[in-house]
Amino acid sequence: MKSKLFKTLQYTTLLIFVLSIIRIFTGASDLTSVGTASAALLLSVPIALAGLGGLFSERAGVVNIGLEGMMIMGAWAGGMIGAQHGPWIGLMAAIIFGSVGALIHAIATITFGVDHVVSGVAINIIAAGLVRYVSTILYKSGTWLGPSQSPDVASIGTNGLPVLSGGTYFGWKSPDLLSVLAEKRWFFISDVAAVLRGLTGDLSYVTMIAVALVPLSVFILWKTAFGLRLRSAGEAPIAAESLGVNVYAMKYAGVLISGGLAGLGGGFLAIVAANHYQENQVAGRGYIGLAALLFGNYRPGGVLMGAGLFGYADALQLRDSASIRALILLIVLILLFLVTQDLRKGKVLKAALTLAIASLSLWYFLAVDQLPGQLVTMTPYLTTLLVLAVASQRLRMPAADGIPYRRGGMK
Amino acid sequence: MKGFKLSGVLLALAAPVAAAVFSIVISSLAVLATNKSPIEAYTTMWEFGTTSGSLMQMFNVATPYYIAAIAIAITFRAGLFNIGVEGQLRLGAIFGAYLGAMFVLPPVVHIIAIMVIAMTIGGLWAAIAGYLKVKRGVSEVISTIMLNSLAGGLSSYLLANHFMDRTTASNNMTTKEIPASGQFPDLMPILNTLGIADQPGGGVYGMLLFAVVLGVIFWFVVNRTRFGFELRATGANPIAARVSGVNSKRMTFIALALSGAVAGLAGLPEVLGDSHSFNMGFRTGVGFTAIAVALLGRNSAVGMAISALLFGFLEVSSRSLELIDIAPETYVIMQGSILLSSVIAYEVLRRYKITLQSKELAKAVSA
Amino acid sequence: MSVAVELRHISKRFPGVIANKDVSMSVETGTVHALVGENGAGKSTVMKILYGMQRPDSGEILVNGTAVHFKNPNDAIDASIGMVHQHFMLADNFTVLENIILGSEPTKGMTIDFAAARAKVVAMAAQYGLEIDPDVLVEELGVGARQRVEILKVLYRGARILIFDEPTAVLVPQEVDDLFSALEGLRAQGMAIIFISHKLDEVLRVADDVTVVRQGSTVAQVKSKDVTARQLAELMVGSELPQPSTQGITRREQVALSLNDVSIPTSTGSRDLLSHISFNLHAGEVVGIAGVEGNGQAELVEAILGLRDYTGSISFNGVVIDNLSVAHRHDLGIGFIPEDRQRQGLMMNSPLWENRILGHQRSKPVMRGFILDKKATITDTARIMKEFDVRAPGPQTLATALSGGNQQKFIVGREMSKAPALLVASHPTRGVDVGAQGAIWEELRSAREKGMAVVLISADLEELIGMSDRLLVMLRGVVTAELDPAKTTPEQLGSAMTGAA
Repeated sequence: MKSKLFKTLQYTTLLIFVLSIIRIFTGASDLTSVGTASAALLLSVPIALAGLGGLFSERAGVVNIGLEGMMIMGAWAGGMIGAQHGPWIGLMAAIIFGSVGALIHAIATITFGVDHVVSGVAINIIAAGLVRYVSTILYKSGTWLGPSQSPDVASIGTNGLPVLSGGTYFGWKSPDLLSVLAEKRWFFISDVAAVLRGLTGDLSYVTMIAVALVPLSVFILWKTAFGLRLRSAGEAPIAAESLGVNVYAMKYAGVLISGGLAGLGGGFLAIVAANHYQENQVAGRGYIGLAALLFGNYRPGGVLMGAGLFGYADALQLRDSASIRALILLIVLILLFLVTQDLRKGKVLKAALTLAIASLSLWYFLAVDQLPGQLVTMTPYLTTLLVLAVASQRLRMPAADGIPYRRGGMK
Repeated sequence: MKGFKLSGVLLALAAPVAAAVFSIVISSLAVLATNKSPIEAYTTMWEFGTTSGSLMQMFNVATPYYIAAIAIAITFRAGLFNIGVEGQLRLGAIFGAYLGAMFVLPPVVHIIAIMVIAMTIGGLWAAIAGYLKVKRGVSEVISTIMLNSLAGGLSSYLLANHFMDRTTASNNMTTKEIPASGQFPDLMPILNTLGIADQPGGGVYGMLLFAVVLGVIFWFVVNRTRFGFELRATGANPIAARVSGVNSKRMTFIALALSGAVAGLAGLPEVLGDSHSFNMGFRTGVGFTAIAVALLGRNSAVGMAISALLFGFLEVSSRSLELIDIAPETYVIMQGSILLSSVIAYEVLRRYKITLQSKELAKAVSA
Repeated sequence: MSVAVELRHISKRFPGVIANKDVSMSVETGTVHALVGENGAGKSTVMKILYGMQRPDSGEILVNGTAVHFKNPNDAIDASIGMVHQHFMLADNFTVLENIILGSEPTKGMTIDFAAARAKVVAMAAQYGLEIDPDVLVEELGVGARQRVEILKVLYRGARILIFDEPTAVLVPQEVDDLFSALEGLRAQGMAIIFISHKLDEVLRVADDVTVVRQGSTVAQVKSKDVTARQLAELMVGSELPQPSTQGITRREQVALSLNDVSIPTSTGSRDLLSHISFNLHAGEVVGIAGVEGNGQAELVEAILGLRDYTGSISFNGVVIDNLSVAHRHDLGIGFIPEDRQRQGLMMNSPLWENRILGHQRSKPVMRGFILDKKATITDTARIMKEFDVRAPGPQTLATALSGGNQQKFIVGREMSKAPALLVASHPTRGVDVGAQGAIWEELRSAREKGMAVVLISADLEELIGMSDRLLVMLRGVVTAELDPAKTTPEQLGSAMTGAA
């Protein structure tokens, strides 16, 4: 476990190193800026929460494509309730509403044995419709200013690490060493400092909670009896049943936790990432959360990494589309690396093909000054597809994931 | 034996009736929650919805739903799930509209050419998901969702940067108008000869007829041909299908590509029958609602036709709710609750049928 | 000696499945008590009732003299009853330890006390001679080790009454010996063991008492030392058993199937799954492939059918078929009875008439060109049901509603309807009742006489010896011996299969 963490750190450092080189060459300073890192974290959190939600559900054997709908419910409730009763109550409401969506999914799939994907898609369609319906009514009754936007929600406080990232503790404003380092614009050192500062400074308390949920999930799923039983429902439900595990209860628990986390993710979007609910705010993040889950091979740490990747892509496209152009250079470098790998294995044809794609990308990089905005917004989705294309075959999904289960093995 | 057949008919009706009752209860509660009378809401909807103008619009709303639902049903029958119809129909429509406006051909040929373009584009887009599924093991559910978002970005990029008609000084970004030879004729003249008068804002897409033909072809191919059998076998039991000589990977790829090709057509009723171009106002959400239509219609040609018309009716007739100060979005609640309750009802029915058959069998064996 | 478990007049009905009717048996502590009966006789239902998975409609269960009413397996576990399932109930992706403690985890505060659990399991394993590493994933274990995990699971829960459901079905002879010595140990420690089986020689070897069930009812309870296998068999069936046998030589000149140096390498590059297989099979001849499961038989079948890439060459009736697809090979006249009928041979949620088409999508009467002839298919399905005694209401019945034996008869009928020149029959009578077994054997015999060539794979050694003209023994992907069934006993074949001979 430790060595895995170490390896991840190694790779991350290597990545930052490469990015610093690209930054020097292209002048795309936002590649490794404090702002980008901080935005990446902010954008990663909802995806990570959705992914963790998916984790609990799928570990219990229920495929949850309804995460999107549950996030929509959460975002909407967060905005609606949060505007009236403050952000923390809003987040509670988000969790509860997400769970309500999950309860419907649980009843349909666990009790009635409906196909999990079908039920999930139905939840998504219904959630979107339901919030639109009630929003319209709220707007007509004069509570809301528009049918697609809630009133503003008060913001939640932030803090950072002491000494390093300028946190405030008992009225003492600590120094902000990482920012100082980051502003030096030294090669690599400043880049690392900036990324660290972005990840550890000016954090919303909710972000801290969300990040803490990752190790907490590991603890619950792998260290407690509840976690073992929940996972057994996803791996071998009939065996679990034969040992007296209440498989239905475990599946319900997994799906409800899933909805709560997805709802929290939605609430985060409305309350922390923005300051109100807006229609289409979720914009497929539930699905990307699911992709993060696949990318992370059904493990909490992996989910966080996947969410980080998508969050970074998203942050870059939001903050500075010029940087996206610089990312093409990163792709070229990765492709060139693959070419050398292929050549070493003697796969000449594959190497040639990869080389061709690399040259094409390089040509595109040189030919355009700036990517059109509409294409830039596609980055996170494209990243998702590419990552899945590379990673899917190595996945180990829970053995009984997605298979409707009935007590006593009946059909 | 006679008793069994009768109960069979009752059984077939049980699920949709149960679903309808449930959905009426839910929507009534939704209306009641706003202190309005559900009865008044339903009568208003019925009165408005059954006027001939509304019925025409119902068909217009239902036509793309039906085509898109057929596209989805193709994959459902093969045990796959193409959630990417929305993106496929969007790209099919924009390419069909843009390329279709670049040439003039004899009337029927022109329309066919546009259809072929739309099918090709939709099919290619879905084929990406097919390729990823077969070669890289990527779940088509996730990949088609991502492809939807990509299609959205791509189409607005293309419209804004390459396909926009710069000859007209309009604020609305739009492609050039398709010449008359490529416009699908309206059914209104035929309806006039049947004694149905013009309606304000009226007209019925000629592609309604095409949708009917497509439905018949779908039914025949899926239920009565070798290809259809192999498609269904792949869905019913992919391993057994492979053992029986079906190349299941190829079937998976073909099903997704074919589904995308049909989906590519689903944007054309609007493009060829109404706007004669692709613009910013292009109807969104058809591909998602069509999932509900396909599920409700059990992937059968007739069932999907009925559910497409039902959805069209609800959508059009609920516009009248504005008059009595009820949110017209009520129809979304109705559609949603019908969808959820019907998938549950059908599953309960399936289980009940198996139990029933086992009992029959016990009788047959002991007899 | 005291009575550990007693069943009194247990009855159970359910729709479509053979019920238990007046089942009684009494098991003493410190004994091995066998429950025998043919497939579908109701053995499993009895045990599911005893283990709390089903509730009896009437009758009584007594454990150590007290009446009990089990609502679920938990109640049975609390009454110190444990079940070692035939199909292992294990999570592959869990460690041995996780599998054992699941549902009865020792905890320390909020967490599972893995250290304590491990210590207990290691101690138990040593006590009963069930050697296992508690920290490996179950997916890395072989069959014998998996069974040890199952037994430890049960012992971990303090079971004193152990039910073994067909425990030897998946074991090789060496593993059977290990299991039996473990059973001896358990018996010596005062456990009561219920041993469910239909392999009578094993029953006589290991059991003290035998209870026989037939058509859902107990027909006898005897001491094993007082009976012979023959007598038990007749008690089981109620009449004479069908014998797997063929008469005379019907082998013809023509070579139906010829394998020439066929190999299948593994993707990981270790030893081949199938290595340099060559043999000729003539029309009218049955070649039996003997081998412990997982020694390349499945791969051989897949190569012949074209489901897997291989090196070397296969020809059928003189035509090289290496480049032909699965469908093409079907068309040429290769029929297939799959090993796992529900997974490989049927669409369970489709009606029988649609299942009739499966594998015959290109031939009459079900297809005319590219068009499906529904009417003719239904008629032909009815014909199969009649000729092969498939008991079901009609062609519209869903395959899932049929019993295993009837499903298998339907598959045999389907494959026979195209009069294949070659039939690949993989465990054709596995899990079917005696009646269906006899009918299937009869069908194979008559087709053989008409010149059909058969590749027969089976784990039933008597079936292999009785039905085959020639036996090939496979071990680790290699044909290690060719035997004449007329001169081979099951014991000799068994040791040849493990490479002991």
